[in-house]
Formats: sequence, structure tokens, C-alpha cells
Amino acid sequence: MSKLSADFPDEEGLLRGSRRDFLKQSSVLSAIALTPAQIVKAAAEKWDERFADALEKVTVNLEVNGVAHSVNVDPRMTLLDLLRENLDLTGSKKGCDRGQCGACTVHADGVRINSCLSLAVTNEGRKITTIEGLADGDHLHPMQEAFIKHDGFQCGYCTSGQIMSAVALVKEGRTKSREQISEFMSGNICRCGAYSNIVKAIREVKNNQV
Amino acid sequence: MNPFQYTRSAAAAGAIQSVLKEPHAHFLAGGTNLVDLMKMGVVLPERLVDINGLPLKGIEKTPTGLRIGALATNSAVADHPLVLEGYPLLSLAINAGASPQLRNMATVGGNMMQRTRCNYFFDTAMPCNKRVPGSGCGALTGINRMHALFGASDQCIAVNPSDMNVAMMALDAVVHVRGPNGERKIKFADFHRLPGDHPEKDNTLERGELITAVDLPAAAMAFNKHVYYLKIRDRSSYAFALVSVAAALNMIGSTITDARLAMGGVAHKPWRLQDAETFLKGKTADEDTFKQAAAIAMKGAKAYKYNQFKLTLAPNAIVQALKTASA
Repeated sequence: MSKLSADFPDEEGLLRGSRRDFLKQSSVLSAIALTPAQIVKAAAEKWDERFADALEKVTVNLEVNGVAHSVNVDPRMTLLDLLRENLDLTGSKKGCDRGQCGACTVHADGVRINSCLSLAVTNEGRKITTIEGLADGDHLHPMQEAFIKHDGFQCGYCTSGQIMSAVALVKEGRTKSREQISEFMSGNICRCGAYSNIVKAIREVKNNQV
Repeated sequence: MNPFQYTRSAAAAGAIQSVLKEPHAHFLAGGTNLVDLMKMGVVLPERLVDINGLPLKGIEKTPTGLRIGALATNSAVADHPLVLEGYPLLSLAINAGASPQLRNMATVGGNMMQRTRCNYFFDTAMPCNKRVPGSGCGALTGINRMHALFGASDQCIAVNPSDMNVAMMALDAVVHVRGPNGERKIKFADFHRLPGDHPEKDNTLERGELITAVDLPAAAMAFNKHVYYLKIRDRSSYAFALVSVAAALNMIGSTITDARLAMGGVAHKPWRLQDAETFLKGKTADEDTFKQAAAIAMKGAKAYKYNQFKLTLAPNAIVQALKTASA
């Protein structure tokens, strides 16, 4: 964790939001003592950036789809960006990035959440399941099968979020009526309007449960 | 998002000390509101103190009622057997808000700290006394459809967006906080404040104070049979209230022995309707009584250019909520 920033003059808020810029400038200033060749080399290798990163990044340990990960992340990074950018799990989608559309829905310790509003660093020790973790090898999850069978999508952008939400919904037991399914799926928006087929898929999975 | 220092705390004392280090430090719980506001550039914290590791998630019976830890999620509270049995109004209100995903993340303490949804507060290109004190109020002469009917000032006409708060208000909850100078209790009615000349202050917390729990009094369990939370919004789910009404009645036959009424979407704080409650005591539960109660509740209401419709919507919502609760 950076100790430098604690010494910054911040009463006026003048330097708020510019910590990284300050670090970059200061390391460039100290580079003046170096030979021109060294400066060029340092710039080419982005040492300013690396120095700032080392000070600012935080380690988070979490399990994603059964695999343990220990990653250094910028505290500003969301869980969604961690999954997509660092772990190459691009099944979770970024729609609104503000918790309004549900395309980023994943399970954290068994409950559905919006990964776009969860800072990655706050997921220390958690078990995350994404759409990539639902299938058992080549065998799709029953909810995935049901979405295909009932055409529960058109463009598909909201689908992984819809499926993650639907799996949780069945587990929560909120499938007593069409109205209840609609209400408790309201956090997942579908621009194509595949709602009626999504409800059919959910009802089939629920009815096939023993 | 602006850069910030991140601190993980495992104990309340440490978290409070960490948040006192900078003038613009915030506690971070579920993050559903704060992270959104940070992405929008509305809130620019220098430090976030992650309190998710604090042991404040419990929901348990106490000699005087029910204690809900500040970090209990909205879902955990709404689905808890003791809440469903003793305080069903709270369950109804929580489930009327946000989406299942957000309720799984959002905490009780965080919900109480939720900022307004006023568009002028969110739009950093517009003036807003709540976001930048002294910059003016964009809503006063702007698009003020979602705005207040009661208790507003010429500095701010925003409303508190929480559904949970409306039920907590009706149930006479008590907030437990801990700060640098020790612990204290705040009546829920005194927790949120009216805008006055300081709309930047949503509540009466002092610097460094952390919400640790909310108590629901045992007396409020008398209202567990005849309850309803009516929320009127632009679509049938997952939207903020234009007007909401929390109604809880204690009845013998068709006679109302006691009533609790509060409204959301109409003021800078959850709005308790005490005069209407007093009127309802001892009356027969019928439409005429409810209409009179609604008229009493609406005394002093003041609308702006675009929220005139709330002057009709709000009393009708009160009548409807009382009808459903008493049925």
C-alpha cells in the first residue's frame, strides 16, 4: 500500500485524483540524474507506470470456477473486469456497468450478484462461479439446455447473466408463479424481449427437478 | 474512477481510525451505491475502508426485540424467519427495492447511507447543493418529477430513495453507531435529516461514526398481521418509487387499535405520517376513514412544476395501502 500519498497536501483537494500523475512526474524528475540513454530505456520499459503499479496494487485471493487465483489488482478494478481482462473469462458481459442490466451476473459464495458493482479487492476468499463454470465438461447445465430448447434469447448479450440469475432463482425457490419469476428476474434486462421464452425455460428446469 | 487508498479492516475500532485519516474517506460495505457514484464521478473518495470483514452480519433476538447487524445483506434480512414472522412490513419493503442481485450485495447499514437518485445530483455538469455545496439546485426549476412534497428547502428538493428506510421508520427502529468517542443510539426518525441549509448532509452521523446495528423494538411486532408496502413506480419492478406507502395496522375485528404509516419518495427522509396514525386509532377500517387519514397526511404538501401529479397519487396510494393492509 502506498505510503507516499498519505503525505500529499490534500486540504484543498488539489491533488486528489492525480496520485499516479504525481508519481510519474516525480520518477521522471529523478530520472534527470540518469544518462539520456537510461532515460530512454526507462521510458520504453514504462518504469514510471510499473513503479506506480507496485505501490497501488492490492492482492486478492479468490476461487473462480473451482480454480484458486491470487492476483494483484488496482483497487478500482471491478470483479467483472478482473474476470474478463485478467482471467480471460469473457462470458460475463458488461452491459450498463452500473448494476442496472444484470448482464454481469455471477454467483459469489452461491448467491447471485452484479459483478460490475463489486470491487475485485472486496472478493477476498470468495468462491465465484461464472457462466463458464456451469457446464460439466461437454454436458451443459440444465438451464443452458432449457434456454436453447425454448429460444430464451435473440442477440445473446444478456444470456449469460439471465442464465446465472435463473439458476440462482430456482435454488432460491422463487418459481411459484409466472409473476414471481418475473419479479425475481427483474434484475436482468433483455432488449430483444425474450422474456416469455426465458420464463418457459425456467419453468421447465423447475418442473424437472425431483 | 479516481484513484483511492484501499484499507481492509477486521475490527470496528481500526476501521474508524482508518476512515478518520482523510477528510474524504468512506466505509465500503456492499458498494452497490458507492461504487456506482464513484464511476459517475459524483463521489471522489481518497480512501475506502473495506468493512466487509467486520463481524456485523448477525440477526438475533434480544430481550427488547430484534437486532440486525449493519452488514446483514438486504436479502438476508428480508428472508429471515424472525423478520418474516415479527416484522413482515420490513420484508415487503426490502423486496420492493432494487433487484435480487443488488439485495444480495447491499447491506442494512449501506441502505441507510444510500444517496438520493436526483438526476441533478448524478449529473456532474449540473449544479447541486448536495454534491457541491453552494453550487445551486438544478432540480428546483428543472425536471423535478421525482422530487419532494414535504420538508424540502430552497437548497434541495431531493428525496431519500430507500424502501427499507420507510419500513424502519414505521417500525420505530433504533440505530446503533460507534465512533471515535464511543457508542451511541439514534432513533431512526432522527437518523436522516431534512435538507435545510446543509443538503450535503443526508444524516446526523458524526465524522468517523460507523453504523453497527439496527434494533427493531418488540412493540412493533403488534403490527405483524395487517401490513402492506405499496410502491408506485414507472414500471412494475426494479425502479425507484414515485411514491411508496408503508402501512401497518393493529386491529380487533374491523376496528383499528393502532396504526403505523410512513411514505417514501416524498421527502429528504422517510416520511412518518403521525397525525394520520393518531386519527386512525379507534376508527373502523373503511374507505371513508382511509380517505380522511390520507387528507390529514397530505397537509402541508408542496409540489413543484413536474411533480404535481404526486398530490393526487400520494393520497390515493395511502388509501390503497391501508385497504390492502386491513383486508
